[in-house]
Amino acid sequence: MTTLVLEQYWPLPLKGGGFIFKLMHWSNLCAGGVKEMKLNNLMRAAVCSAMVVSAGSANAADQVEVLHWWTSGGEAAALNVLKGDLESKGVKWADMPVAGGGGDAAMTALRARVTSGNAPTAAQMLGFDIKDWAQIDGAVGDLNAVANKEGWDKVVPTALQDFSKHNGKWIAAPVNVHSTNWVWINKKALDATGGKAPKTWGEMIKVMDAMKANGITPLAHGGQAWQDATLFDAVVLSLGNDFYQAAMIDHDPKALGGAKMKEAFDRMAKLRSYVDDNFSGRDWNLASAMVIEGKAGMQMMGDWAKGEFLKANQKPGEDFVCIRFPGTQGSVTFNSDQFVMFDVKGSSAKKSQLSMASSVMSPKFQSAFNVVKGSVPSRTDVPNTDFDACGKKGMADLAQAGANGGLFGSMAHGHAAPAAVKGAVYDVVTAHFNGQYNSAKAVKELVSAVAAAK
Amino acid sequence: MKYKFQQWIPKLVLAPSFLLILLFVYGFIFYTGYLSMTDSKLLPSYGWVGLENYNKLWALSHWMTALKNLAIFGILYIVISSVIGLVVAILLDQKIRAEGLLRPIYLYPMALSFIVTGTAWKWFLDPGIGIENTMHNLGWLSFEFNWIKDSDFAIYTVVIAAVWQSSGFVMAMFLAGLRGVDNEIIKAAQIDGASSVTIYRRIIIPLMRPVFLSAFVVLAHLAIKAYDLVIALTGGGPGRATELPSTFMYSYTFTRNSMGIGAASAIIMLAMIFSIIIPYLYSELKSGGKQ
Repeated sequence: MTTLVLEQYWPLPLKGGGFIFKLMHWSNLCAGGVKEMKLNNLMRAAVCSAMVVSAGSANAADQVEVLHWWTSGGEAAALNVLKGDLESKGVKWADMPVAGGGGDAAMTALRARVTSGNAPTAAQMLGFDIKDWAQIDGAVGDLNAVANKEGWDKVVPTALQDFSKHNGKWIAAPVNVHSTNWVWINKKALDATGGKAPKTWGEMIKVMDAMKANGITPLAHGGQAWQDATLFDAVVLSLGNDFYQAAMIDHDPKALGGAKMKEAFDRMAKLRSYVDDNFSGRDWNLASAMVIEGKAGMQMMGDWAKGEFLKANQKPGEDFVCIRFPGTQGSVTFNSDQFVMFDVKGSSAKKSQLSMASSVMSPKFQSAFNVVKGSVPSRTDVPNTDFDACGKKGMADLAQAGANGGLFGSMAHGHAAPAAVKGAVYDVVTAHFNGQYNSAKAVKELVSAVAAAK
Repeated sequence: MKYKFQQWIPKLVLAPSFLLILLFVYGFIFYTGYLSMTDSKLLPSYGWVGLENYNKLWALSHWMTALKNLAIFGILYIVISSVIGLVVAILLDQKIRAEGLLRPIYLYPMALSFIVTGTAWKWFLDPGIGIENTMHNLGWLSFEFNWIKDSDFAIYTVVIAAVWQSSGFVMAMFLAGLRGVDNEIIKAAQIDGASSVTIYRRIIIPLMRPVFLSAFVVLAHLAIKAYDLVIALTGGGPGRATELPSTFMYSYTFTRNSMGIGAASAIIMLAMIFSIIIPYLYSELKSGGKQ
């Protein structure tokens, strides 16, 4: 008990392993580049600048230098598939890992590299960061040669292409699609309430009330701005696809300041009432642990949470249930890790870059990587044989949402708005969730904050 | 010849560090000032926008929260640290036994980094595992201390941790000041029949004016710089309740791709530090000139 409790607050896992390894491992538990517990930013900066120095001189021919933050055991193993594939084509892999939650540290390192005129071949990147980089003259490369040959346009959902392409030019190879509107429910706790997975908001409230009556925390949640915003994404989406599009992607002041938005904040306040009082600052994986241990009923979190359940030897459908956030069935909010290709000099460097892009998009790598990562492939024609039940459902949902226009970039994860707007939304959502604003004030603040950040 | 060479040595020795400081401190201050008037977002860019970033900055309720928090934190931190430091220094000054042992104990927290302090206090203050939980386990079930989870009180937990860290250091400064007071004056006062309270109140403390000033300057700039403590202790939360200008500056510059606004906030922080340091330097130099 003591160890367990201590472990909740000890930023690094207690059992075994060197500090640096654990640091990297821990900081990458967050699959798909989510900002988890804030490691001291100074420390991150120090770590990443050390990495920059050590990786500074890798520009030889037939070699790709890749900046990424996938350093945890499973992710690193999955990347080895890519490395092996490239080596068989005679391209050497120069690794440039920058550990640190959600890639903040990696982005800082990347800025330093590009500013000093020494861009890597490729860098892992998320959402609007890609668009921001694409707008900088001469920063990013051109993958059209390989994209046209392999027909990427046909197999990658258009909502994703919106990020991977700039002015009709493929600039990035999407590795995965995480969807964020999942609810992970403890099967036993659900059975104790009558056993039916909720399909509507009303049903979910009933289930959570029953869980409360059964003496557990209905909703496991960590009070960090990005986690609050992840809930908010799902709540807004549950009020309709059009509403999500208008509010989160178009930032239409009418939608942001309308009655539906007040309803969204009211629902957030309702969700808050099902969270325990000790939630602020808790990491998402600790919230997952609460569900795994049966102390809490459910968690609303992206598909990286599945990894925590699998690691605890839980089986989808038997020990835990994965459903879409009630009211968002058939729609998906996503975030997607992509390898953005930079404008490298020299024909052999360009050739290696294209080989790498081709390997990233190969169905073999897409399947191998995403099975480990918990996400789903970024191309919709990959066979789902290796995926578990939740993964198969995720792939089917993605294809369905992509076909019927229900696939949206996640605001919380930087795929719906530039970082400045995202930050403004975070500020309001987290202030409201922590009781600093009531719903009416939050709606007003949201309109002005988004307007100011544009 | 030799004389001339000797004349040059100090300049030669100082030149490299002088140049480095000129470039890396003052150069980058000017660069930041320049960036704060440009449209820099993700990377520095040089489109001139004048004072627009400053207008945006002052319209942000988030920045106002940060300033309000800095005012609460700064004032309480400086006042409480000084009072505790002074009281402990006076108590230690009573020619007690084992002073040599006690002094380093009080001073020791200063040897820790704010990250360590922040993390340790995060655990102490956490209702689930810290003081509250311990009290509950001891049987005092009505005990409640959940400030760190409360948006209105979380900033005071930052004060608690910072005061714990710095009081010992302030104590050391005051102790040195107390020891520096001329014994003759004290003896004269004793002969005149002054009580020791009067001696402290009317003679010793007024004589320590420069020490108060130094303590104030050291604490004030620590307060404005405070970053790591907040990050480790609360991460700026709950919500944004413990955001300070320094955490604001980092997040706008590096995670929100609003480098212009981040630079503007950095310049405001610089102005705050200058407004403290310049009067201090002025008074120091003036009194130095007199001697």
